[in-house]
Amino acid sequence: MTDFLAMGGYGFYVWSAYGVTALAIVLEIVSVRARARAAARLTGNTGDSR
Amino acid sequence: MSFYFFSSPATFFPLARPIAIVFAWLAALCAIAGLWIGFVVAPADAQQGEAYRIIFIHVPAAWMSMFIYVVMAFWSIVALTYNTRLSAMLAQALAPTGAWMTFIALFTGSMWGRPTWGTYWAWDARMTSELILLFLYFGVIALRNAIDDPRRADRACSLLTIVGAVNIPIIYFSVQWWNTLHQGASVSLTAAPRMAMIMLTGMLVMTFAAWFYSIAVALLRLRAIILERERGSAWITGLARA
Repeated sequence: MTDFLAMGGYGFYVWSAYGVTALAIVLEIVSVRARARAAARLTGNTGDSR
Repeated sequence: MSFYFFSSPATFFPLARPIAIVFAWLAALCAIAGLWIGFVVAPADAQQGEAYRIIFIHVPAAWMSMFIYVVMAFWSIVALTYNTRLSAMLAQALAPTGAWMTFIALFTGSMWGRPTWGTYWAWDARMTSELILLFLYFGVIALRNAIDDPRRADRACSLLTIVGAVNIPIIYFSVQWWNTLHQGASVSLTAAPRMAMIMLTGMLVMTFAAWFYSIAVALLRLRAIILERERGSAWITGLARA
């Protein structure tokens, strides 16, 4: 496991790349969901956007 | 049913969510399979050791950053030609996802460049033109926010998007046209891939994951955009009452 995390000495670069990518995806999903909720409130449409 | 049936926001709205959910699941499955291949099945690279594993997100993100722009430009042309609202909304929904993909391509490239080239960044043609792509996405998003009338914003953003498309072949061919620190293409349609089969497989599976993810998230954003822009119209009011 330690070997896997170390990535042959490139751990910092590999995991930074994957970590920031994961963070970017989470941020995008959260912002789209917030936008969808706000839009639903705006129109009074709570239909299927919960 | 006419050809224009699905070009109406009212008809497309109820479809967007179920389609998005299917693509979100496909994206998750591809990502799991791609990461499994990338980290467990594929061996370390003979020259770069483990550092090359960044390829499994870098290349798919870079391809998507260009592909999303081409799709945006396509819908912009449709929007200008046929004056259809939904096409412009599609282009609008794609811009933030394109910007995220460009950011991911730039960031992961930088993380890959440091251990392999000895630098996080260089002003070579590939990197500079990809950075300009990020600014183009920002420009399209900012231009829309700067114009109050959505239909005027549609036309202005469509025009800017189409003009900006000139950057796409520049990014793609930059590694051939100029001497770049960035390597040339390892995969092309015209030649045999210059990488191991298992690495290529992992990269392609991750590309499908990025593609399906982009479709899912852009469709969910499109739903929000439709609600934002069509509020007050009869069909939205009907939706709220139902």
